[in-house]
Amino acid sequence: MRKHLITIDELSREAIERILDRAESFAEVSGREIKKVPALRGRTVVNLFYEASTRTSSSFELAAKRLSADVVNIRSAGSSVDKGESLKDTVQTLSAYDPAALVIRSPHVGAAQLVAGWTEASVINAGDGKHEHPTQALLDVFTLRRRLGSLDGANIWIIGDVMHSRVARSDILAFTRMGATVTVAGPPTLIPREIDALGCHATPTLDLLGDADVVYVLRMQLERMHDSFVPSLREYAAQYQINSARLRPGQLLMHPGPVNRGVELSADAIDSPQALIGEQVKAGVAVRMAVLYELLVGSPVLQAVA
Amino acid sequence: MTRRLFHRPGVPAELLIREAHVLDPRAGLDEARDILIRDGQIAELGSPGSLTAPEGAEEIDASNRHAFPAFVDPHVHLRTPGQEYKETIDTGTAAAAAGGFCAVIAMPNTDPVLDEAAVLRSLTATAAGEARVPVGFLASITRGLGGDELTEMAELRDAGALGFTDDGKPVISAGMLRKALQYQRLAGGVIALHEEDPALSGDGVMHEGAVSARLGLAGIPSISESTMVARDGAIALYEDARAHFQHLSCVESVGALEAAKAAGARVSGEACPHHLTLTDDVVRTLDSRFKMNPPLRAESDRRALVGALKSGLIDCVATDHAPHAKHEKEVPFEQASMGTTGLETAFAALYTELVLGRELELHTVIERMTAGAALYDLPTPKIAPGASANISLVDLEQSWEVGAHGYASRSANCCFHGRSLRGRVTLTIAAGQIAFRAPMLAHAGSRMTAA
Repeated sequence: MRKHLITIDELSREAIERILDRAESFAEVSGREIKKVPALRGRTVVNLFYEASTRTSSSFELAAKRLSADVVNIRSAGSSVDKGESLKDTVQTLSAYDPAALVIRSPHVGAAQLVAGWTEASVINAGDGKHEHPTQALLDVFTLRRRLGSLDGANIWIIGDVMHSRVARSDILAFTRMGATVTVAGPPTLIPREIDALGCHATPTLDLLGDADVVYVLRMQLERMHDSFVPSLREYAAQYQINSARLRPGQLLMHPGPVNRGVELSADAIDSPQALIGEQVKAGVAVRMAVLYELLVGSPVLQAVA
Repeated sequence: MTRRLFHRPGVPAELLIREAHVLDPRAGLDEARDILIRDGQIAELGSPGSLTAPEGAEEIDASNRHAFPAFVDPHVHLRTPGQEYKETIDTGTAAAAAGGFCAVIAMPNTDPVLDEAAVLRSLTATAAGEARVPVGFLASITRGLGGDELTEMAELRDAGALGFTDDGKPVISAGMLRKALQYQRLAGGVIALHEEDPALSGDGVMHEGAVSARLGLAGIPSISESTMVARDGAIALYEDARAHFQHLSCVESVGALEAAKAAGARVSGEACPHHLTLTDDVVRTLDSRFKMNPPLRAESDRRALVGALKSGLIDCVATDHAPHAKHEKEVPFEQASMGTTGLETAFAALYTELVLGRELELHTVIERMTAGAALYDLPTPKIAPGASANISLVDLEQSWEVGAHGYASRSANCCFHGRSLRGRVTLTIAAGQIAFRAPMLAHAGSRMTAA
């Protein structure tokens, strides 16, 4: 059965745990001198990236290569995408190569779901607009599970521009599914109306941040200043920057990267031993290996998209 | 008198409709009747089985059909001129006829915009050659829909414009709208308004609420519409002008319309079948057929619209039939064109969801689906001796899957696509001519009398 990973919605807690268990075994591979297993030998993985990306695209590429797949990377700049080819035509062209998996990053909500209807390949959503970034959420859960053992009962705060963040949406769903309580905090202009429908709490201040076990800080896009979502970076930093004064001992600090140093995070917070940012990046390869493996080789824990 | 409806010439119907259940709320008719149509006019109504067909007239057994005054749609996009790949006057009016409509009013956001009498004259000439049901035209309020220069409203009225609208866009400047409403005293014609504050809509592509929060799609808040309804209701009242609010979508707009009417403003409102029957919950599928402007809103909004339609606060139903080509919808939701087709499904959607769903009475639906005519000073279709024959025959028992056999419209972007609906139009008579006949009726339900 053809399987996809489009949203966290389609993953049960058991499915998430199985992927993370698989990722643990692949993390061991990454510790070897020869970081390669033959699981996907002879199969092709296409990475189709319509947005600039460093860590997601490189970790998907590495993950596929460590599974011995043949990898084709296509970026929008300089490709037929730039010549006005529609998403559908591009996907159907690439599908002629009979790829086993198609990894897509798009600035548009729902792109991965659409692509799944146009190709025989398994489709992995590497970020669709402000909607979801499911592999980021899985690697975040992986990182936390390694530290905490379990997310059950953990109090996780997600701070910043929730409105424009696909990471926030996937994380809220994944963290709550794994038993954590999630609070989002940020400028009221950047917290979507009715965000609580996702199963989280929302607050405009960091007054109760001390209650958090995990402080997950979102990237503050600098262009948000121009749209008057916040009056200035200075005011944003004054209200929401996580620094050593705001970070309580024992709290874990996370960030999906890339960081704007001195805006959402201070340098001392980034470099503190409480920060898991490097571990998140490292987890990215093992978790994406696990997703590729589960979709293309593993038994059907990931359900087919309707 | 200036001609304001245009359709192709045809053969006037000679027809005996036998034993139809006639429902015409304005005439107080709700019973079985024979309807004799001669030379395109309703010649006689008689008790079932009492009338006989004259020589040469077709006879239709309608004993399992309802006969309604045919519907009038005050809001369609026929995409002509300029976007004939989406719809033409021929295909758009074919869709109207298939949906039981005997008249439609076309919007001016074409390419070029209908902002000059020359464009209108060419359109009315085209409609006089190919329209299967009568078509009326609204011209734009401002040149090129640009919002900053009035069109030659008086000349456009003389050339046959029913009224004016910048539909697709709001008249952003209150000062510009005020001038248009003042100038209406000379030119006449209803001024119809697409109410939306672009500063509040922003990049929105769907209703702002729990679903947009979940999907990460930019939301269009309901206040984007309602604040403009409130503003323009106040301006219309001040100028004692006639204004019509198009495709109202939310509970706040219902409140603003109520306040404007209560204050004495000469305003009216319309609601669309999709807003009356669907909510933003369906957008979770990210199916671009559910993308339209104004967007599908919350259940509380839908209920408020149904309540306002029931009470008559919202005066009429309009489809906002907005055809788009496949390639314009087969893209990610944010990039997809806004709009749904609606002419072929309007009655069945309202009947299935609201009448069978026990939210509205059938006679209310029929009344509101014909009320658009009077709002634009057009004659209201009625089933009465002496009236021009404007009748839709409908099989209320028949279920059908929307789109299963394609569409009469050139486009397939119907938000009800794939749904099973009850109530099928089997025959439409518009302006005295048979405009539509369901394929099966021609075989099973009718026979020619011996010539």
